[in-house]
Amino acid sequence: MSIKLNVLDHVMVPDHQVMSADEVQALLERYSITFEQLPKIYHDDAAVKQIGGKVGDVIRVIRQSQTAGIAEAYRLVIRRPKK
Amino acid sequence: MPSPKRIGKITFGLLSPKEIRTMSVRKIIWADTYDDDGFPYPQGLMDLALGVIDPGLRCKTCDQKAADCPGHFGHIELAKPVIHVGYTRLIRKLLRVTCRSCGRLLLSPDEIQKVSLTADDELGGEVLTEKDIKKERACPHCGELQLKVNFEKPTTFSEVLLEEGRKSEHKLTPADIRARLERIPPSDLRLLGINPDVARPEWTVLTVLPVPPVTMRPSIILENGQRSEDDLTHKLVDIIRINQRFKENQDAGAPQLIIEDLWELLQYHVTTYLDNEVAGCPPARHRSGRPLKTLSQRLKGKDGRFRGSLSGKRVNFSARTVISPNPNLSVTEVGVPLSIAVEMTVPVRVTTHNLEEMREFVLRGPERRTLRDPCGANYVIRPDKRRLRLGGDNLETIAEQLEPGYTVERQLRDGDIVLFNRQPSLHRMSIMAHRIKVMDGKTFRLNPAVCPPYNADFDGDEMNLHVPQTEEARAEAAILIAVQENILSPRFGGPIIGGIHDHISGIFMLTHDLRWFTKSEVLYLLKYGEIDHLPEPGRIDEDGTPRWSNKQVFSMILPSDLNMVFRASSCVNCDECRHVDCERDAYVRIVDGQLVSGTVDKKAIGAFDGAILNRIIRRFGMDRASRFIDDVTKLSIRAIMIDGFSFGIDDEDLSRTEHGQIEEELARAKDDVERRIRIFEEGQLEPMPGRTPEETLEMQIMQVLGKARDRTGEIAGRHLGLGNSAVLMAVSGARGSMLNLTQMAGCIGQQSVRGERIMRGYEERTLPHYRRRDRGADAHGFILHSYKEGLSPTEFFFHAIGGREGLVDTAVRTSQSGYLQRRLINALQDLKVAYDGTVRTTMGRIIQYHYGEDGTDPMKGSFGDPVDVKGIVESVLKEEV
Repeated sequence: MSIKLNVLDHVMVPDHQVMSADEVQALLERYSITFEQLPKIYHDDAAVKQIGGKVGDVIRVIRQSQTAGIAEAYRLVIRRPKK
Repeated sequence: MPSPKRIGKITFGLLSPKEIRTMSVRKIIWADTYDDDGFPYPQGLMDLALGVIDPGLRCKTCDQKAADCPGHFGHIELAKPVIHVGYTRLIRKLLRVTCRSCGRLLLSPDEIQKVSLTADDELGGEVLTEKDIKKERACPHCGELQLKVNFEKPTTFSEVLLEEGRKSEHKLTPADIRARLERIPPSDLRLLGINPDVARPEWTVLTVLPVPPVTMRPSIILENGQRSEDDLTHKLVDIIRINQRFKENQDAGAPQLIIEDLWELLQYHVTTYLDNEVAGCPPARHRSGRPLKTLSQRLKGKDGRFRGSLSGKRVNFSARTVISPNPNLSVTEVGVPLSIAVEMTVPVRVTTHNLEEMREFVLRGPERRTLRDPCGANYVIRPDKRRLRLGGDNLETIAEQLEPGYTVERQLRDGDIVLFNRQPSLHRMSIMAHRIKVMDGKTFRLNPAVCPPYNADFDGDEMNLHVPQTEEARAEAAILIAVQENILSPRFGGPIIGGIHDHISGIFMLTHDLRWFTKSEVLYLLKYGEIDHLPEPGRIDEDGTPRWSNKQVFSMILPSDLNMVFRASSCVNCDECRHVDCERDAYVRIVDGQLVSGTVDKKAIGAFDGAILNRIIRRFGMDRASRFIDDVTKLSIRAIMIDGFSFGIDDEDLSRTEHGQIEEELARAKDDVERRIRIFEEGQLEPMPGRTPEETLEMQIMQVLGKARDRTGEIAGRHLGLGNSAVLMAVSGARGSMLNLTQMAGCIGQQSVRGERIMRGYEERTLPHYRRRDRGADAHGFILHSYKEGLSPTEFFFHAIGGREGLVDTAVRTSQSGYLQRRLINALQDLKVAYDGTVRTTMGRIIQYHYGEDGTDPMKGSFGDPVDVKGIVESVLKEEV
């Protein structure tokens, strides 16, 4: 039995969270955008798999930023195309 | 204007033979173009139904004249099918994944399920690839054993047969291939990512060839009256000729061998017609030996349809000529030759308010002999859009007709705003808006202080000038693109326009230490400017002559309430700063717009640094800053002219003592190197961690020699003080460094290839002048002479080696960074910061939620920080913080 590595524990990996439906709705309204206009992240991204994100979920990424201290980004989980 | 329409979708597909025949207006069978009377052959390549290019004739299809007829396609019926080169990879893939007998996909339904499990899209989701199919197997549908399909460039396919253990290749004709592709069922094609409704795979094997309209392959008539056909027409002639011969032979029942040869020839001609640069296929050539420019070549590459004709177009209202400097112009101005100013125009609408003025323009006409003449006009546009050329005897009549509603195309005059550009346009400051100053001569003139953003010099550089034609464009140019709006670079938030070369030398010579000028000298320095009062003289001599200090003179061009403290370029970072008492006068202190101490140099007014400039921009705005640049450039040029400034070979002279010291220093270094080599050869050298003894020795030698070189520089520098022009330029930051001086007067030092001493050459030695395995300094490229003394032959050779590496490096770097830049720009060019602070694409897709994550404009901040706290505190306290 091997212990699975939790990528989120790595110092270089920013915090990832799955957003609730209400939060997503608020987000879309705040920027007046549709789902399609969100930045994307693949479903098999190591961090997304770790937090159990499904295709169609929106992930909140909280990064340490050089310029702003803490910066948030939001990304829509999509299926990775083959090739 | 019609309302803009949104494109719903675009379908990409292949042209089917049926479609080709439907869109064709004429079947082409004759390889000839024109008969002896110069009339096109019917059913020839220049058939009148394909469109007309000769003026006067009418198109047989649409009955329009040459200007209006868009041209129409024809077609050629090919004797046998041939492969389209552009689709060979697709054909190869299809032949490999389908059965050679039944045409079905070589996967059982279960396997298909497994590979394309995720098929929830309308087009079958995941696309099958060659890798999904195992090699060497039987068809799961009909049981037929599959053969390996080989593909040989450019268009040959063959099957590999295994007979009694021996391999033999069997060629597939295009007809065989077409038959196999026809058998692939539509449902299997969808799994492969092909929509059979718009692209049946057999359409990649041509049975009928479209003949493009004459309008896209016009023939030109040479001066001697001979017709010269387009490359495409030449190629089509070849195709038709072979096709006809092929048909005749086929009908006559010629032997198989001849048929095959002709088939291959037809394939060759169709291939080169589509793409004349296919690998493994000799390009078709013109009689002169020049390769033909066929369909693919028209689209591809830098001069192709996309990059050459669609992305890059030529424009009117532009001018290009050589540039030359003129420090008397403002940085916001550009000098334009009269000959260009009379040729280029600005349209002005005639209104009741300017009617009289416009009449005068028209009456003056296009003639303008001297700079002093007021500008005239070249054209008048009537309300019915008719354009009348002014000139000769029509001036008065047209001036008479002029009334509101007309437009007058007036010549350029002083103060007109134009866009000025130098390629390569790598950043936005490569195009800036200047105000025109009409001048004599034939070159564009600009203030040398605007050279850095354009990266221009005057060794023959040419620049382009564009005249905006609408009020909106002129307003944008004045508000957004004007030079003074671009003093700060968005790259690092500091000024990119500022003093260069002589400006810095001059201002350094003016402000260094204390000097006292008489009134006439002060007035000479400042006479260009808008200064109306001289300050109280700083000192009155015993004989009563009032004198002003050099620092007072410089302070005249500073804003009166400027406060700042900083260290000049000439500061050497002493352990303990003596501030105002600095012996190099490098501690700059400005209180209430008065330079109290310190020397103004590159740090203060130079492009890319410009501390004073930066502070003026923040405190007083762009317009004050551009005035300051104008003042500094003019003042410094006058200052440098007071003493004069030059450099000659005798400026590198050293006295006998220095030569002795340098020789001694180099001899000592040589001994040191030999001593270390001896230690190494005796095996006594202690290697550094992670290095071999050889590497350690090399590093030590490089270090010793480097230090020796620097010390010769110090010796030379001690002798040559600030009185030396090269030293002055290096210290003030105007040009060059102490290293350059070291190499001129002291010792050139070690030449290197890839950061190491020169090791290449003969077996175990660099040149036959040295013993094998000699590790000494001179045997591996150490040059102990200076440029002034001259180099020995071996030194010269080593210097050439090192110099060559530098040249190759720059050549490689520019091409690589150019391509990198192109890709970056292509990816980023349409992004913009929206009003809510997000960075978005044109479709509104978000790239960044907050520009730079903190939403700050680098031009508004202070070298990366949003607020310049230090600067604000300094301005208030008037002290260093």
